[in-house]
Amino acid sequence: MATQSSRFAARLMVAPSVFVLFLWMIVPLAMTIWFSFRMYRLLSPDRTGWVGMRNYTWFVTSPDFWLAISNTLLLVGGVLAITIIFGVLIALLIDQPVWGQGPLRILVISPFFVMPPVAASIWENLFMHPQNGMFASLALALGHEPILFMESYPMSSVIFIVSWEWLPFATLILLTALQSLSSEQLEAAEMDGAGALSRFRYIILPHMTRAITVVVLIQTIFLLGIFGEIFTTTQGGPGSASTTLPYMIYKQAVIAKDIGRAAAGGIIAVILANIVAYFLMRGIGKHLDA
Amino acid sequence: MARAVTTRRKIFVTAAAWGVALLIFFPVLWMILTSFKTETSAVASPPQLFSADWTLENYAEVWGRSDYPRFFWNSVVISIGSTLLGLAIAIPAAWSMAFVPGRKTKDLLMWMLSTKMMPAVGVLIPMYLLFQRLGIFDTKTGLVLALMLMNLPIIVWMLYTYFKEIPGEILEAARMDGATLWNEIVYVLTPMALPGIASTMLLNIILAWNEAFWTITLTTTKAAPLSAFIASFSAPQGLFYAKLSAASTMAIAPILILGWFSQKQLVRGLTFGAVK
Repeated sequence: MATQSSRFAARLMVAPSVFVLFLWMIVPLAMTIWFSFRMYRLLSPDRTGWVGMRNYTWFVTSPDFWLAISNTLLLVGGVLAITIIFGVLIALLIDQPVWGQGPLRILVISPFFVMPPVAASIWENLFMHPQNGMFASLALALGHEPILFMESYPMSSVIFIVSWEWLPFATLILLTALQSLSSEQLEAAEMDGAGALSRFRYIILPHMTRAITVVVLIQTIFLLGIFGEIFTTTQGGPGSASTTLPYMIYKQAVIAKDIGRAAAGGIIAVILANIVAYFLMRGIGKHLDA
Repeated sequence: MARAVTTRRKIFVTAAAWGVALLIFFPVLWMILTSFKTETSAVASPPQLFSADWTLENYAEVWGRSDYPRFFWNSVVISIGSTLLGLAIAIPAAWSMAFVPGRKTKDLLMWMLSTKMMPAVGVLIPMYLLFQRLGIFDTKTGLVLALMLMNLPIIVWMLYTYFKEIPGEILEAARMDGATLWNEIVYVLTPMALPGIASTMLLNIILAWNEAFWTITLTTTKAAPLSAFIASFSAPQGLFYAKLSAASTMAIAPILILGWFSQKQLVRGLTFGAVK
């Protein structure tokens, strides 16, 4: 239907987006690859030169590396599990007829709009602080010692905070999916004697599969890059206990000021993210109607 | 799922649902309450609610700090600026992909989304160096560019899914009546596309306002928006709970309100039309 000239005009209109995104992707990536093979320390700027794979071997053999990888996976996996399980439960709950559904949704969705540094600092200070936090007061009132959240359970605390931020997102999407489920189907199943559990197992859950997949895909994109929450609360500590891969690279670049090693870490992160992305995109392709 | 229910069941479900909702919202509520307390009241143990000393002092003091209005203004400029610039580049692209799709359009869209998967920290150092070399480190211009590029794939995708719902026949009819490409865009497409563009804009302002990686790493003080400010505020001054709460409340209030209005579009937008 389109003429030759309108086809050309169309290509021309896509060009700026593709061009700037390509630059945004390729220039820093090329520079990172270059740095990753070089000695480049801001603290000793005169020592430069090619070092082959040495930055990579340092990064991979560093004791923090596997910890950082497992922390990253723990963070992504933990938050996904918590948000999806509770998201399904809450969606099922508020999908039922209740008074004040509008305001209710507003309350539930709110944490998603709270910027990460604010979310992290509310939880860290107002709730988890060992002297002044609300949890400490509760523990004392019950006759327990206050828990040192950020010192004793840094990863769990970060996972908890991030889950609180992302629970509304999962809930809202699962709720939207749930609302498109026809009630006839459920009623028919009920008349045939299906209990609440088997209705959930055989009708509701299959209906929500697509929405759950989408939640997993989208949240993974954002969770792999979690930074603000850790920066605001534990700074990756104590020691390296809550250092994720992004945070480990950040520490190499900004605190140790070793650009070469940080760049090698960056490339490793890009490779790992691409492996994840490969599987995600195969999944997403089926569910997005491009 | 509208089904007949007994009143007693509805009361029970309503109570449970509101209980859960208040529990989820409680941290935000507590922060807002704390922002109106004196510092002594804010850290009292057990936590004070009715016995607290209430004050507006924290807001006056935070706002009166010479730099808070600047952080706020930076947030406004950066989030709105990056969104408008992103729209300017993305609208033509999304338009042509939706109405004149080629064989490679789907691959192109997937490629755009895949650039979002690249961990930002992987390219932190080059960004830092490039920004310094180009003289846009710690400037609003620099952050507008960075956040625009960061969100561009999402903007293109969202617009694409909205534009695709506009029936192509309408364009053909306009063309038959002799409309030029320009006429098509101005008189037919724009009015039909406006709702989609508006919700894309809203969602991207929210994403840009809350962004906390590039804003922390690519600024020091001059161009730092609220997200960078709160992240550094909580470190050295963590014990000024009431002031921290007041600063935080003001930082999230505009977006919280925008978000409440856009929650319907949020689902569609963030799932790229896969869940409606």
